[in-house]
Amino acid sequence: MEATHAHEHGHAHPTGLMRWLTTTNHKDIGTLYLWFSFIMLLTGGVMALLIRAELFQPGLQVVEPEVFNSLTTLHGLIMVFGAIMPAFVGFANWQVPMMIGAPDMAFPRLNNWSFWLLPVAAVLLIGQFFVPGGAVAGGWTMYAPLFLQGGIANDMTIFAVHILGISSIMGAINIITTILNMRAPGMTLMKMPLFVWTWLITAYLLIAVMPVLAGAVTMLLTDRHFGTHFFNPAGGGDPVMFQHIFWFFGHPEVYIMILPAFGIISQIIPAFARKPLFGYASMVYATASIAILSFIVWAHHMFTVGMPTSAQLFFMYATMLIAVPTGVKVFNWVATMWRGSMTFETPMLFAIGFVSLFTIGGFTGLVCAITPVDIQIQDTYYVVAHFHYVLVSGALFAIFAGVYFWLPKWTGHMYDEKLGKLHFWLSAIFFNIAFFPMHFLGLAGMQRRVPDYNLQFADWNMVSSIGAFGFGLSQLIFLAVVLKAIKGGVKAEAKPWEGADSLEWTHLPSPAPYHSFETPPVLK
Amino acid sequence: MSEHQGGYYLPQPSGWPIVGSVALLLFASGMVLWANRLPGGWLVLAGLAVLFYMMFGWFGRVIEESESGKYNDQVDRSFRWGMTWFIFSEVMFFAAFFGALFYLRVLAVPWLGSGETGAMLWPGYTPSWPTAGPLGPSLAGVDTEVPPGSNQFSSMGAWGIPALNTLILLTSGLTVTIAHWGLKKNNRTQLVVWLFLTICLGLLFLGLQSYEYVHAYTRMGLTLGAGAYGATFFMLTGFHGLHVTIGTVMLIVIWLRALKGHFTPERHFAFEAVSWYWHFVDVVWLLLFVFVYAL
Amino acid sequence: MASKSRGLAVGALTALMTWGAMAAAWAAESKINLPTPQSQVAREIYDLHILILWVCVGIFVVVFGTMFYSIWKHRKSVGHQPAHFHENTKLEVVWTIIPFMILVGMAIPSTKTILNMRDASNPDMTVKVTGYQWKWEYEYPAEGIRFLSTLSTPRDEIENRAQKGEHYLLEVDNPLVVPVGKKVRLLLTANDVIHSWWVPAFGIKQDAIPGYVKDAWFKAENPGVYRGVCAELCGKDHGFMPIVVEVKTQEEYDKWVLAQKSAKAAAVADANKTYTLDELKAKGETVYKTHCAACHQPDGKGLPPAFPALAGSKIATGDKAAHIDIVMNGKANTAMAAFGKQLSDVELAAVITYERNAFGNATGDVIQPADIKALRK
Ligand code: HEA
Ligand code: HEA
Ligand code: HEC
Ligand code: CUA
Ligand SMILES: [Cu+2]
Repeated sequence: MEATHAHEHGHAHPTGLMRWLTTTNHKDIGTLYLWFSFIMLLTGGVMALLIRAELFQPGLQVVEPEVFNSLTTLHGLIMVFGAIMPAFVGFANWQVPMMIGAPDMAFPRLNNWSFWLLPVAAVLLIGQFFVPGGAVAGGWTMYAPLFLQGGIANDMTIFAVHILGISSIMGAINIITTILNMRAPGMTLMKMPLFVWTWLITAYLLIAVMPVLAGAVTMLLTDRHFGTHFFNPAGGGDPVMFQHIFWFFGHPEVYIMILPAFGIISQIIPAFARKPLFGYASMVYATASIAILSFIVWAHHMFTVGMPTSAQLFFMYATMLIAVPTGVKVFNWVATMWRGSMTFETPMLFAIGFVSLFTIGGFTGLVCAITPVDIQIQDTYYVVAHFHYVLVSGALFAIFAGVYFWLPKWTGHMYDEKLGKLHFWLSAIFFNIAFFPMHFLGLAGMQRRVPDYNLQFADWNMVSSIGAFGFGLSQLIFLAVVLKAIKGGVKAEAKPWEGADSLEWTHLPSPAPYHSFETPPVLK
Repeated sequence: MSEHQGGYYLPQPSGWPIVGSVALLLFASGMVLWANRLPGGWLVLAGLAVLFYMMFGWFGRVIEESESGKYNDQVDRSFRWGMTWFIFSEVMFFAAFFGALFYLRVLAVPWLGSGETGAMLWPGYTPSWPTAGPLGPSLAGVDTEVPPGSNQFSSMGAWGIPALNTLILLTSGLTVTIAHWGLKKNNRTQLVVWLFLTICLGLLFLGLQSYEYVHAYTRMGLTLGAGAYGATFFMLTGFHGLHVTIGTVMLIVIWLRALKGHFTPERHFAFEAVSWYWHFVDVVWLLLFVFVYAL
Repeated sequence: MASKSRGLAVGALTALMTWGAMAAAWAAESKINLPTPQSQVAREIYDLHILILWVCVGIFVVVFGTMFYSIWKHRKSVGHQPAHFHENTKLEVVWTIIPFMILVGMAIPSTKTILNMRDASNPDMTVKVTGYQWKWEYEYPAEGIRFLSTLSTPRDEIENRAQKGEHYLLEVDNPLVVPVGKKVRLLLTANDVIHSWWVPAFGIKQDAIPGYVKDAWFKAENPGVYRGVCAELCGKDHGFMPIVVEVKTQEEYDKWVLAQKSAKAAAVADANKTYTLDELKAKGETVYKTHCAACHQPDGKGLPPAFPALAGSKIATGDKAAHIDIVMNGKANTAMAAFGKQLSDVELAAVITYERNAFGNATGDVIQPADIKALRK
C-alpha cells in the first residue's frame, strides 16, 4: 500500500493551467472555489452597484426596466449560487481534511468535477446578457408563470441551475463521506471542530433540497417547451405550486448559506477569547435543530398567496421556533467571550460584527415571520434589508473572518493587520449605511424589484446607494490584503493564534503541506 | 485502522472531470437551442457523446485501479457512503414530482372546481382525478401536436401492463439478489446467468413501458399535454423509465465485468452499488404503481 | 480631560437632538415606519410591529450589552486572564426556555390578528379585482360597473424631462372607489402572471393568482385617497402599476355609481355606431398609448426581440383576421395578452385600425366595432 502511494507521487504533476484543470488536491480545489467565489462576488456586486445607481434618484436614468429586472435576478442568482455557496465549499475543501486529520477528500476526482461545473454554470448565467431577448428577468425565485414568459435566457437559467445542482450534490456527498469515513483514529464525532459539524449538517441539507430544486426547474422547462401544465390552472395546474416546491428548497437553502458561517464563527471566537467554545454539545444540537426545522417553515415566504388560515398559522409558529436554537448559538458565543482574554485581530472583528449584525437580521426575520406584519412588508425593501443583514453581514462577513483567520495557514504569511482592520471598519460602516435605511423604505411602502419609486423614498435610497458604493469599494482592500499575503509578508508560525486548538494549527506547519496528513495524526 | 497508514488511495490529477464539464456545457447549450427551435440541437448529441466518452474513460480508470488492488477497505467504505447518499438525492428528486402529484390532486384540482374560483373562472368544471384541467389538452398550445379540442383522454389502468411491469421489476429484484448470492459463494455461473436474467427483465420492462407510451399517445389521447394528470403521469413514469434505463446499462456493465472475471466474493462494491440502485428503482416503481396507476 | 469629555457630551447631545428632530419630522411623513393606519386591521398590524420591534430591541440591548461589557472588561490588553468554564446546563436550559416564552407571547396577539384579517365573511359589498400586465381591472358585479385602472404619470416625468409630481408613480386614471366604513370584500385573480394588490394604509396585501380566485377585505375608516402598488414582480412594468383607492361618503359613492352607469349606457350606444377611419385612428391612438405602448413603444418600433415592432409587421400589415386574432386572443406563453377580455368592441376596433394605419403602416383598412362584436362568441 505504501509503495503504491509513493509511486503515485513519483509522477510529475502537471503545471500551469493544466495543474488547475486536472488537480485532485483538496487545497488546490479549495483555492479554485475561493477565487471563483470572489470573482462572482465582484460580478454580482457590480450588478448590485448598477441597481443602486439606478435607484440613486427617482426616475429612469441608467437602465431600462427590463434590464433592471435582469440585474436584480442575476445579482440574486450569482450571489447565492456563485459567491456564497462556493466560498463555503472552498472552506470545506481546505479545512475539513485538515481538521479531521485526513490526507485529502474522499473522492478527489469528483471534487475536481464539482468545481469545474461551476464555470459552466457561470457561463450559462452571465452569457445571458448577450443572447436575443435579454437576460432572465423573473427574479432569482423564478416564479411561474412570469418565468414561462421570456426567451432563451430562461432556459439557460434552468440548465445553469441543473448544473449547479449536480455540482452541489456531488460536493455534499464528498464532504459527508470525508467526514464520516476519513477521520483520524480517535477523532470521534463529538470531538470534531464545530466547523466540521456545521458542514456535515449543511451537506445533508444540500443533498436533500438541491434535487428538489432540480425538479422544480425541470417542471418549468417542460411547461415552457413540452406542453405540460404543472403551473397552468387551465390544465389543472397551479402557479402557487411552484412557490411551494421552490421554497421547500429555498428555505433550507438560506440555512445552507448560514450554517457554515456559524461554524467559522465558532472556530474564531474561542481562538481569540482564549477560552474553549461554550456549550459545544448544545451548539451541535442547535445546528441540527435549525436544519430539521428548516424543512417545515418554507411557506413563510408565501404568506400573501392566500393559503388556508390554518396553514398560515402553522408556518408562522414553526418559523418563530427557529429563533430558539439560533438564540442558543448567539448566547453561546457571548458566553464564550465572557471572562475570556480577548484580542481583536481582524478575524475577531469580523466575528463580532457577524454576531451583532446577523442578530439584527435574525430579528427582522422574526418580524417577517409574524404573519400579519409580513402581510405589510412582504416583497418590500424590509425583506431586502432582512436578507442582506443575514447574507452580507452574516454569510459574507463570516467568509471574510474565515479568510483572515486561515490565510496564515494557507499562505504561510501573516496578512496586513492594519489593512485588514481598515477593511473591517469600512465594510461594517458602509454596510449599515447601505442596508439599514432599507428597513425604513420597506416599512414606508417601497416594494422590491422596481427601478423607480415615488419621491418620498428618495432620501433613503440616495443614502443607501452611497453606502453600497462605499461598501463595494472597500472590498478592493480585501483583494489587496489577500494578494499581499500570497506574495509574501511576515512568516506565519504553525499556530499564529494563541487560542486556536484544531488540528490544522496544532499538527501542521504554515503553510500547510500539499497533502495534509499523509499519516493520520495521533490524538489523545 | 492499520490499513489507514497512508494507504488511502489518492488519485493523480485527472483530465476526465473537465471533459465532463465540457460535455455538460455542450449538452446544456444544445438543449437550450433545441428547446427554442433554433439551429444547433445537434450539440445535445455531441454533449452526450463526450459525456459517454468521459464515463468510459473515468470509470474505466476506476475499474483499473480497483482491479489492481489499489483500494483498501477505507476506500471501499467511501464508495458505499457515496452511493448511499447519491441514491438519497435521487429519492429527493422523485419526491419533488410526487409532491407535485399530491399537491395537484389533493389541493389544486379541487380548488379549481369549487368556491369562487370554480364559479367565476371555470364554470361547469367538475373536479375529478384524473383530469386534464378545466380547459384540458386543447390548450396545449404551440409546442405540442395535440389536436385542439381533444379534451378526451383515458387514464392508464393499473391492472394491465403496469401490473405486469410490477411483477417484472419485483422478479428482477429477486434475480439480482440470487446473482449476488452466487458471487458470494464464488459460483460464477450463477452470477452470470442470473445477472443476465435481470438485464432481460429490465429490457422487458422498458419494452412494455415504451409500448404503453405509444399506446397512450396514439390511442388514448394521453399526452404530456393532458393537463395535470398527463404531466404528472409522464414526468413520474418517464423519469422512472430513465432510471431503469440507466440501471440496465449499469447491469450490463457489471455483467460484462463479471464475464471478464472481475469481482471476488469479498470485494465487489460495483456489483452491490448497482444492485442498490436497482432496488431503489424498484421501490420507486412500487410507489408509482400505487399512487399513479392504482389509486 | 474635563473639557474634552464636556465637548464630547455636548457633541453627543446635539447629535441626539438633531437626530430626534429629524426622526420626528420623518415620522410625521412616515418615512421610517408603516403609514398611519386607516383601518382596524392596519392598526392591529401597526401595534404588533411596534411591540415586536421593542421586544427585539430589548433582547438586543441585554445580549449585546453583555457582550460589549465583556469585550470591554475581558480584554487581554487589560490583563484579563481567561476562565476555563465551557458549559453550564442550568444556564443553557434557561436561555432556551425564556426565548420560547417570549415567542409564545408574540404568537398570541399575532394569531388573533390573523384570524380577524382572514375573516372575509359578511361583507357589505364585493369588488372583483383582476391583475393584468400592467394594470388593474375593477368590476362591481352588483352594480354592473367594470373599468381598467392604469398608471397616469406621464412618460416625461419618468424619463426626467418634466418635474415629478407629488404622487409620482402612485397615480392612476381610474381609481377604485368605495364607500367609507363598509366592509369591502375583494375577489382577486390575474390574467397573465401573479400580481399583488397592496394598500398599506388598510393593511391589505393579497396576491392575484391566475386561474384562482383569492379573497381579502378591508374597511376604510376615513374618506380620502389611499395609494398602494403591485407588490409581486410581474415583468417589465411591475414598478408602474399602482393602486389608488378613493374612499367616499356613502352619498358621494352613490352618485359616482350613477355616473358610471350612465357612462356605460353611452358606451353601448357607441358600439353600435359606424365610425370613419379618422375617428377610429384618433380613438385608437389613446387606446394604444395606454395599453400597447408599454411594450410595442409609442413609435410602434417595439423592443425587439422581446417585443416585436408593429411598424411594418407582417401581422399588422397583412391579414386582418390574424391581426384581430392576436389582439383579442393574445399569444400563449408570451407577454402578448388577450385583450378581447379587457377592451370594449370600440376600443379594439379603434386600436387595430390605428395599428394598421400608423407608424408608416398604410393598409387603409377600417375595422368597425360590429366586426369585433361578430367575433365574440
Ligand atoms: C442566510 C440567510 C438567511 C437566514 C439565516 C434567515 C433567517 C431567518 N429568516 Fe429569512 N430570508 C432570507 C435569508 C435568510 N433568512 C432570504 C434570502 C429571504 C428572501 C428571499 C426572497 O424572497 O428573495 C428571506 C426571507 C424571509 C421571510 C419572508 C419574507 C417575505 O418575503 O415576506 C421570512 C418570514 O418569515 C424570514 C424569516 C426568517 C427567520 C425567522 C429567520 C431566523 O432563522 C432568524 C433567527 C435568529 C434570531 C431571531 C436572532 C438571534 C436570536 C436570539 C438573540 C434569541 C432571542 C430572540 C427572540 C426570542 C426573538 N426570512
Ligand atoms: C447572497 C448574497 C448577496 C450579497 C453578498 C449581496 C450583496 C449586495 N446586494 Fe443583494 N441581493 C441578494 C443577495 C445578495 N446581495 C438576493 C438573493 C437578492 C434578491 C434578488 C431578487 O429579488 O430576485 C438581492 C437583491 C438586492 C437588491 C434589491 C433589488 C431589487 O429588489 O430590485 C439590492 C438593492 O439595493 C441589492 C443590493 C446589494 C448590494 C449593494 C450588495 C453589496 O454587498 C455588494 C458589494 C460588492 C461589490 C460592490 C463588488 C466588489 C467591488 C468591486 C467590484 C470593485 C468595484 C467597485 C466600485 C467601482 C464601486 N441586492
Ligand atoms: C406585455 C407586453 C405587450 C403589450 C402590453 C401588448 N403586446 Fe402586442 N405583443 C407582445 C409580444 C411579446 C408579442 C410577440 C408575440 C409572439 O411571440 O409572436 C406581441 C405581438 C403583437 C402583434 C403581432 C406582431 C407581429 O408582427 O408578430 C400585434 C399586432 C400586437 N402585439 C398588437 C398589440 C396591441 C393592439 C396591443 C394593445 C392593445 C398590444 N399588442 C399590447 C407584447 C405586448
Ligand atoms: Cu403587477 Cu407587479
Ligand atoms: Cu425562509
